[in-house]
This record gives sequence, structure tokens and C-alpha cells, in this order.
Amino acid sequence: MTATPDTPSGAPTLRQWLLTETPTSRRHARFASAYKGWLSFRSNTMAMIGLLILVALVLIALAAPLLAPHDPYVQNLSSRLLPLGSEGYTLGTDSLGRDILSRLIYGSRITLYIVGLVALIAPIAGLLVGTVSGYAGGIVDTVLMRITDIFLAFPRLVLALAFVAALGAGIENAVLAISLTAWPPYARIARAETLTIRNSDFISAVRLQGAGPFRIIVKHIWPLCISSLIVRVTLDMAGIILAAAGLGFLGLGAQPPSPEWGAMISEGRRFILDYWWVATMPGLAIFTVSLAFNLLGDGLRDVLDPKDAGS
Amino acid sequence: MALSEPETSENKARADRPRRVRGGLWKAASVLGSIVATMLGLLFVTFIIGRVMPVDPVISVIGERATAEQYQAAYQAMGLDKPLIVQFGVYLWDVLHFDFGMSLLNARPVAEDIARVFPATLELATVGIFIGIVLGVPLGVLAAVKRGSWIDQIARVLALVGYSMPIFWLGLVGLLVFYGILGWVGGPGRVGIFYVDVVPTVTGLILVDSLLDGNIAVFKDAFSHIILPASLLGYYSLAYISRMTRSFMLEQLSAEYITTARVKGMSEWNVIWGHAFRNIRVQLITVIALSYAGLLEGSVLTEIIFSWPGIGSYITTALLAADMNAVLGGTVVVGLVFILLNIFADLLYKFLDPRAE
Repeated sequence: MTATPDTPSGAPTLRQWLLTETPTSRRHARFASAYKGWLSFRSNTMAMIGLLILVALVLIALAAPLLAPHDPYVQNLSSRLLPLGSEGYTLGTDSLGRDILSRLIYGSRITLYIVGLVALIAPIAGLLVGTVSGYAGGIVDTVLMRITDIFLAFPRLVLALAFVAALGAGIENAVLAISLTAWPPYARIARAETLTIRNSDFISAVRLQGAGPFRIIVKHIWPLCISSLIVRVTLDMAGIILAAAGLGFLGLGAQPPSPEWGAMISEGRRFILDYWWVATMPGLAIFTVSLAFNLLGDGLRDVLDPKDAGS
Repeated sequence: MALSEPETSENKARADRPRRVRGGLWKAASVLGSIVATMLGLLFVTFIIGRVMPVDPVISVIGERATAEQYQAAYQAMGLDKPLIVQFGVYLWDVLHFDFGMSLLNARPVAEDIARVFPATLELATVGIFIGIVLGVPLGVLAAVKRGSWIDQIARVLALVGYSMPIFWLGLVGLLVFYGILGWVGGPGRVGIFYVDVVPTVTGLILVDSLLDGNIAVFKDAFSHIILPASLLGYYSLAYISRMTRSFMLEQLSAEYITTARVKGMSEWNVIWGHAFRNIRVQLITVIALSYAGLLEGSVLTEIIFSWPGIGSYITTALLAADMNAVLGGTVVVGLVFILLNIFADLLYKFLDPRAE
């Protein structure tokens, strides 16, 4: 992008086209605002580091079979508990002789799976409750918000524990339990946004054109709630990862021999005093990923939600 | 999820609720109503959890070899033939009388077990929040006053790491370093094996009981055991408290009355602590109450790492043994304490801070 301010031919470069102050079409304006957001996001070094870590994580998860030096499930009792830097086993092996690096690489798939599902279910549930509540008002609003308040007042981890206890251990149930405890903040945010949008002139105009409540909520209110929800979801991702790892650690999430990071810490816990790396390495992986989400969330908040930006 | 996060925007939404009811009586009634509704909600959810579990409660009591008649008799004796709403009523009645049923593990009333383990959690969380406040509040104030300096950066990194670190892993690493390698602190458990049941139980808090008994050796030992898990919890509350303190202080320090105070020639110490800090006290107490509630809950994973015989360990042990009465009883107690602290924080804010209206 070495664009000079005015190219002789008069045709704007892509960068100029994106940075224009006078967009020619709706799509042009949308691209331009996305590009400006990206520019401001890009100048935030920490957020970029977070983004890079997460992109790397996704690539690692996709290419797991290519990257992993060993099968994550194959046990090799003759080479158990090898230390860091052993030949062929960069991060050592666990108590069953499985390569820790390979298990971490495959474990990234489980982490992304859990986070992805919760990040889909909880905000959508919250969006539904919040927008309906805010738009309908009256008794519907009171009842829905009362329910939201009740769920918001619950201790999340303990409630998730009780849910998993009732539903049975496993990844899907862990996802369900975490989602069930994670949706109320989204409902709150969506309702607050809806209340500010509901009485604006453009909604009245749409209503005068004959749009029903369903169309107004789906086509006009939801799109405006999205950006604050995205920020909140990104900031919540770290909490979701930690909750999932906690459930895995307690033996209530992914079941052995699945290479889930929390479960790996639990396996390595017994040997922590003699073979510290078995439990330490998965913990570092969890830490790195949730740190990346926190960094990214902070950066996104500054771009998408300038009014709440941390001073 | 170690800490609950009360977003300021949420609190704002809470305050913005179109409930323009005037008069103290109405206000008190509505607060009471919301407390009752929230608690009923919690009990309803635990009740439902108890009903949807795949384990048949009748079989878990009478065993699989019972005859059909025995099954029917037990089924009716447990009230399972009644409508759900009646069953819920019975459950409410029991809970109101602190009757959570019998533990399937040790055939003792769950309520007794909880009364025994709860003080251990309380002790841990209290020492933890104390550490969090003592370190977190000054750190937050300093970070706000010296905004952008190295101390602000350190506070920022500490908080970020705290938000991103799995607590159970940090506990393990702490145990490895400070107990396994350095030997500075006592290992898992509340006291060393020689000091178990040495001092009579009065409050259930070993640090207090040993002092009441005048047994300094037990106190020292208990202290060496609690300091590591409590510091861990303290770190998590520090991360939260210092961030909130910082943003509250920044808001105050940019206000005009601070400029006025400075122009009048007031000392910087007086400006910061006498004026700005004075004005954030109510907000801060709210944050601390929420943080304390978070610690009570967050201690679940910590307790397991440190074999701490508190309510977190109790719930998890019961969970793995499919002892549903104990799990639900524990959940209800933690939930009630959590809700009460939340409401307490909310009330403090509403009643003590005139700006909340």
C-alpha cells in the first residue's frame, strides 16, 4: 500500500477507497468503517498479540494431525514420565508414556469446540431473552428480567457443577452447564440496548411502514446489539475456558483418555512434586489462550465500544 | 469464573430499571420481594436438578433387588406420587428447617455435614479477601494516581494474569514451589497431622479457636497451612479489586472538585485520601462484597488442590459419589450465601450512595 495522495489516473487505490469520507454506497460505507476499525485495532499491540495467538491456535487445531509428532492416545509404558527436551518428546511424556506436546496440540480442538459452542449458545439465548424483554415491556419484561436476575445471582461454578452432576459428565453436558450459567449478562446487555433503540425515530418509521414486532426485532434491533455482545463474549471467553478446564480438572468435563487440558492437569497432579512438567504444561496452554482472549477482548472493546473503553 | 464480574453498565441498567416507586416502605417491600423471589428461584432450580437426574432416587434408597411392592411403598413414602408442585412445597418446607435429607455416603444429615465444613471455607475466604483488600486497594489507588507509570503497568499485568490463570493450576504450582521445593509453608490440609483436633472447636475457625485456647503452636501451624491457599484467593480478588479501585479513583481524580482542592493548595495526600478516596468508599465496599461472594465460590477448586475440608471439597466428593442430597444441599447453601452477599452489595450501593437514585 504505497499509495500517493493523488494517482495520476484519478482512480482511487483500494486504501483510498476504504478511507474515503464520502462513501458512495451502503456497502462502501460498511467496508470503510470496518477498515477504519481494523486500523485502530491494529495499532493496539497487545490486542494484536492476542489475535495472533488465537489465529495460531485455530491453525494448530486444524492441522493437528500434521503437527503432532505422536499419536495423542498411544501409550508407551517404556517411555513414561520422560522430562522436557527428551529426544522425540519435546515437552516430555505423561504417566502412560503419551507425548505431552501431541496431547496439547489435539487438546486445542477440544478447547475451541467448547468455547465455540458456549460462545454461540449463551449470547443467542441472552439476545433472545433481552430483546424480547426490552421490546415487549410490561409484564413480559418484568418476568423475564426477574428470571435473568435470579440466574445472575447464582454462583456460576457451583451451579454448573450441580447441572453436570444431574446430567452426567461429558463435554456436551459441560457446554450446556456453562451456557446455562453464562447467558444472563447477555440478556442484560441486549435489553439495555433494546431500550435505547426502541423509541428511536427510525424504529417508528419502520413500524409506520407496517413492520411487525418480529421483523423489527430481527432485522433492526439485533444488528445493533451485536457489537456490544461480541465485545462481551470475547471478554467472557477466558472465563469460559477456565470454567471448562475447571470442570475437566474435576473429572466432570471431557473424559479420559481425551486430551482435554484441564483433565491433563488433573492426571499430572499426582506427580506434581516429582514430575512437575506433566501438570504444568497444560496449565501454561490454558493460561496462554485465556490471556489471548483477554487481550483481544480489551482491544475489541476499544474499537467497537468506545464509550465503555477503559481509560 | 473465580470472580463474578459486575459490569458497571449492568449496575447502571439495574438502577435504570423503570421502577420509580417512591417511599421507603415500598422500597423495602420490593427489596424483600426480590430477595424472596431470587431464593425461591434458586431452590426451584436445585429442585429441578434433583428431579431430572438420571439416577432413580427410589432405587438409590432401597436397592435394585427390592420387589415391586417395596418399590411402590418407598415411592409413596418419598412423596414421589404427588404432583410436582406439592413436592416442591415439601422441599421448601424441609429447606426452611435446614433439612437437606441424609447423605448417602455417610448416612448423616447433610445439614450437619455442611455446618461442620462451612467454617473451613469461611476462614479461607475471609483470610483471602483480607489479603486482597490490604494489597489491592492501595495498588489500585497508586495505579490511578501514578497513571501510566511503571506501577500502573505492574498493576495492569497482575490483573490481566489473574483473569487468565486457571486457579487450580496456580495452586498446584504454588504447592510445588513453596511447599515442595522451598518448604516455606505447610502442605495440604488445615493443620499438620499432629495438631488435628488438639484445640476444642468453638467457632470452627482454627485460627480463632487456637487463639481462644491459647495454643500458639497450633495457631502457627494453621497459619502456615492457610497462608498459601488464602494468598492464592487473595491474588484473584486483588486482580479485581485493584482494577475497580483504579477506575473509580480515575473518575474522581478527573472531577472538578479535585482541581479546586489542589488550587486551594491542599496537600496531595489529603486530596487523594481525604477527598477522592472518601468518595469511592461505598462503591468499593460493594466491589469487596461481590468479590467475597466470588471467593466463597471460587474456593471450590482451591480447596481440592489443598485438600481443604471445606464446602467445595464436600460438594465435589459428593458429586463423584453421586450423593445428590449432599450436592444439592451444598449448592443451596453456597447459593444462598452468594445471593445474600450480592443483595447486600446492591443495597449498600442503593442506600448509602445518594447518586444511585
